[in-house]
Amino acid sequence: MLRFENISMVYRTDSVETHALREFSLDVEEGEFVAVTGPSGSGKTTFLNIAGLLERFTAGRYLLDGKDVSALSDAETSRVRNEKIGFIFQGFNLIPDLNIYDNVDVPLRYRGFNAAERKRRIESTLETVGLSSRMKHLPSQLSGGQQQRVAIARALAGNPRFLLADEPTGNLDTQMARNIMELIQSINMSGTTIIMVTHDDALAGMAKRNVHIRDGRVSDDGSSVQLANVATA
Amino acid sequence: MFRYYLKLGWLSIRRNPLLSALMVAAIAVGIGASMTTITVNYTMSNNPIPHKSEQLFAVQLDNWDPNQDDPSSFEPPDQVTYTDAMALMRAKKAFRQVASNRSGLVLEPENPDERPFSVDTRNTWADFFPMFEAPFLYGSGWDEAADENMDQVVVLSQAINEQVFGGENSVGRSVRLNGMDFRVVGVLKEWLPMPKFYDVTNGPFDPTEEVFIPFTVAIEHELPRNGNTNCWKPTDGDGFEAFKASECVWIQFWAELRNEDEKREYMEFLNAYVEQQKELGRFPRPMNNRLDDVMEWMERQEVVEEDAQVMMGLSLLFLLVCLLNTIGLLLAKFMRKSGDISVRRALGARKSDLFRQHMIEAGLIGLGGGVLGVGLTLLGLKGIQSLFGDIVDNLVGMDWVMVLTAIGLAIVSALLAALYPTWQACRIMPASQLKTQ
Repeated sequence: MLRFENISMVYRTDSVETHALREFSLDVEEGEFVAVTGPSGSGKTTFLNIAGLLERFTAGRYLLDGKDVSALSDAETSRVRNEKIGFIFQGFNLIPDLNIYDNVDVPLRYRGFNAAERKRRIESTLETVGLSSRMKHLPSQLSGGQQQRVAIARALAGNPRFLLADEPTGNLDTQMARNIMELIQSINMSGTTIIMVTHDDALAGMAKRNVHIRDGRVSDDGSSVQLANVATA
Repeated sequence: MFRYYLKLGWLSIRRNPLLSALMVAAIAVGIGASMTTITVNYTMSNNPIPHKSEQLFAVQLDNWDPNQDDPSSFEPPDQVTYTDAMALMRAKKAFRQVASNRSGLVLEPENPDERPFSVDTRNTWADFFPMFEAPFLYGSGWDEAADENMDQVVVLSQAINEQVFGGENSVGRSVRLNGMDFRVVGVLKEWLPMPKFYDVTNGPFDPTEEVFIPFTVAIEHELPRNGNTNCWKPTDGDGFEAFKASECVWIQFWAELRNEDEKREYMEFLNAYVEQQKELGRFPRPMNNRLDDVMEWMERQEVVEEDAQVMMGLSLLFLLVCLLNTIGLLLAKFMRKSGDISVRRALGARKSDLFRQHMIEAGLIGLGGGVLGVGLTLLGLKGIQSLFGDIVDNLVGMDWVMVLTAIGLAIVSALLAALYPTWQACRIMPASQLKTQ
């Protein structure tokens, strides 16, 4: 479903070259729940940005559903993002002026759905995350956990092929984090592929597969149980 | 999506009310300044009789001093002599023709307790009213026989009829002007051709005259003249008869010519007339007769004053400065929205979607600036009126065309100002913003 083939990403300034990813290769299959871990600066977020078509890479090839997406135009990239990818961010990234309903509506507007279809999807996804009674609330009127649920609803509303989550519980307390992770797990159970970047080993342990990145390369790739064994050995 | 973008634009304006107000104010001030001068220029360059302006021709005959200026560049006098005016009137070669001049008479009310007052007067001919389509409230103009017979008839303006007869139908009644009784044959409706094309030499933005009497009567009784009189050589003798026979120009002459054939034939007639006059020792300069239609005449007479055009240029430059400020403010506003922009990009917005969204927001700001700008324009026009007084009364009105022009100009200006900030907003790299929010 998602294949990175020898992808390199170099950030250049006048005097410095920073290699964020070095010949990075990874396959993710349909329905997987992959946790990507690694120390700060290892390239986790760069990987996620490239996977989400938010950034272009320097070398290599990226296949999504078997199609090379390396050289798509802006309009094509936007369409792929809109139709196939859902994002969950650490800082929720809700639009503060819009109420919950309208926040979830944003990707559906760009998809071109009619009003009735948008309404059906918004109500359904807000029901899924347990916020159907808060549709008219502004983000500032919700707790952090609720805001993240709205962000998840927004990511799910377009029925994407996979979700990219960047430290989805980083701004939440333990209980809220657990609830969010349970929600993400249930989404995965229903068939949506999930790739989650985290530095929290406990959260990573809730995924089916762990990929560890170091210095821009995959250093370990296995089930969360295998990796736990590696860690204790 | 247009309504959606309108909603987003409105929300964005409300999110930063101070910044938005500054932008609206910057555009409004620029629009106010520029529309004030544009309105004055617009009124000055207005076609006062659009459906007929190409059939009405100001007549110029070059009877001037042979020693003055280069003949090839010399403009013939903008008025004609009494001799020529009468000759052209008697010839009746045009479909309609009018010789007229400005005058001022004293009107003596019937009631001896009321004080006499002066009235702005036009001495003219029967054709004046149908030719220039003067609208009548009561009665009509006089006929050709009245011109020939020197009948003491008069057409009043609505305001004078109101003042003297309380607004009643005064046709058939009498008014006393300069000690002579005139019979009222018609009362005009409010009529204010702007510019007053039939006599731009005596003030193109002056109000319409209050009283109209036959030219022949004014001549017969040697009634006073108020308009411009220009002479290039002294009169041969003293008195009114000598003045009438002189080369002094003081009469405006117009001909109504309905098509190109009539115009060509009339020009041939003018040339033949001048040739004939040359044989009599007049018209010492080379042949230089002119027929200008209304708009050509306005341009030749420079009805739109150069100062007004310079002021308009300066005010448009000021609008440009205001727009430069708006560009800076919009840039700041849009850059502050980089988080929102990045989220929208991540959720599937194309650059073109964001471009439309932000241009519509700028259009809304322009609309606000336009509405406020109309208010400032009205204030500016009031200011001009209070500075220059009555002489600009007829220049400082703002019609619907100008109101819509002001709002349209404001929106277009805001859209132009938004091009660069919007382009920059669309170039924001979402990846860098999403992590840092």
